[in-house]
Amino acid sequence: MSEVAIVGIGMHRFGRADGVSGRAQAVHAAREALRDSGLRFSDMQFGFGGSHSAGDADTLVSELGLTGLPFINVANGCATGGSALIAADAAIRSGQHDVGIVIGFDKHARGAFNTDPAEHGIGAWYGETGLMVTTQFFGMKIQRYLHDHDLGPGVLATIAEKSFRNGARNPMAWRRKEIDAAEIAAAPMISDPLTQYMYCSPGEGAVALVLCRADRAHTYTRHPVFLQGAAFRSRRYGSFEVFSPWLATDRADSPTVEASAAAFAAAGIAPSEVDVAQIQDTESGAELMHMAETGLCAHGEQEELITSGATAIEGRLPVNTDGGCIANGEPIGASGLRQVYENVLQLRGDAGEHQVPGDPRVGFTHVYGAPGISACTVLTR
Amino acid sequence: MIAGKQTVDDALFVETAEGPALLGSRCTDCAAYTFPRQGGCPRCTGSSMREVPLSRTGTLWSWTVQGFRPKTPYTGTEAYEPYGVAYVELPGQLIVEARLVQTDPQQLEIGMPVELTLTPFRDDESGRPVHTFAFVGVAA
Repeated sequence: MSEVAIVGIGMHRFGRADGVSGRAQAVHAAREALRDSGLRFSDMQFGFGGSHSAGDADTLVSELGLTGLPFINVANGCATGGSALIAADAAIRSGQHDVGIVIGFDKHARGAFNTDPAEHGIGAWYGETGLMVTTQFFGMKIQRYLHDHDLGPGVLATIAEKSFRNGARNPMAWRRKEIDAAEIAAAPMISDPLTQYMYCSPGEGAVALVLCRADRAHTYTRHPVFLQGAAFRSRRYGSFEVFSPWLATDRADSPTVEASAAAFAAAGIAPSEVDVAQIQDTESGAELMHMAETGLCAHGEQEELITSGATAIEGRLPVNTDGGCIANGEPIGASGLRQVYENVLQLRGDAGEHQVPGDPRVGFTHVYGAPGISACTVLTR
Repeated sequence: MIAGKQTVDDALFVETAEGPALLGSRCTDCAAYTFPRQGGCPRCTGSSMREVPLSRTGTLWSWTVQGFRPKTPYTGTEAYEPYGVAYVELPGQLIVEARLVQTDPQQLEIGMPVELTLTPFRDDESGRPVHTFAFVGVAA
């Protein structure tokens, strides 16, 4: 078994890129990642990639190079990037390949995502009657969570305030303007208790990573980041996930709990050792819940951590240092890889204005997607 | 037609002595319920599911209010009217997602008793109302 390293990262700025196709953004990110690693596309032995709305990733070879490499399309909702990375990790760890690339990209229309119930095995009535709306699910999930853990809704605005503050310090972010908590709380209500500024928006962007066997990493880069653990899980009976016309009365942990525990176990690293974390924040309630589901804190502890500034860039547990989905938007295929890109910057000490102080050593990522899938990684330098 | 009303999908419902109920399925091996009906059991992975009317009453498990008119595939009235959305616990059976008749957050509280009803959500081509299922708060 070979350990795995990330030796090249590339990104196309998130947001809106009128006139630039999603595929062109993906090619840009891929070329940046290759340049960062000092490798050519002809050196890549495999590729994994995906996009929800911008085309098949394998067709990018027409622009990057017709080298005959095996290139597999990945489609796992918002966890597409995380899933591609896990597949790449397995391809190298198993000894099948020594070096390869993962690419995530997307380009979505304005406004909330809409989905065909048939793609999820649900009857047409579910969409027709207005129940197949992701924003509702997030409202109901956080409503129940706040109730169960006796937390006040005020913290939701504080989380979004931090996201916009971090985004303002990140030149690759979409939303680069600070918004204070009072304005966020007073914004139009989308799905009680979540207001407009607490949600991320569908957007555009692309990220690519070049990975290789860890024992070769130093031949490509002076600052490799090691993928110590990567794990993926789907939902179990009794978990509460999006697009569920019904739930069991038995309660079970979300897939995040198991994916995170498996990633930490594989890495031999404890959640308490994490220096910087990027976790799925489709809306600010998701950041709150996922902080505990990933094991970074206990349920109910979040309010104190957030209001005390512990999750700010200068805090003891910096979360979503690049502004997360709330400031970056969510190009579905690229989102999970953006988190890894950000952690690599942080562990290299290259994050500039949004750099976590104190020489961070351990990074953690968590991406969550419909209808109940979760992928986590533990990274070290 | 269910209870003399046009519905979005009659296969979701069954008539009972107490009025229309949601039609679910129950696993004859492990007693897990589903809604709508399905052939495989999500708990024990078996495949012996039997049709069963679900309870018409329950308690509010979680709720929200839809703040904008959803895009397609939503087919509700053109003029947007906010609607409540809930997960309702039907004790001993399951927690079902449904529309809520109440839309004022001040009237909604986790744990409150609710009852099934049919509510119009759009008109058909001839202007007749099409109904879907919803829950409405009732006195404890």
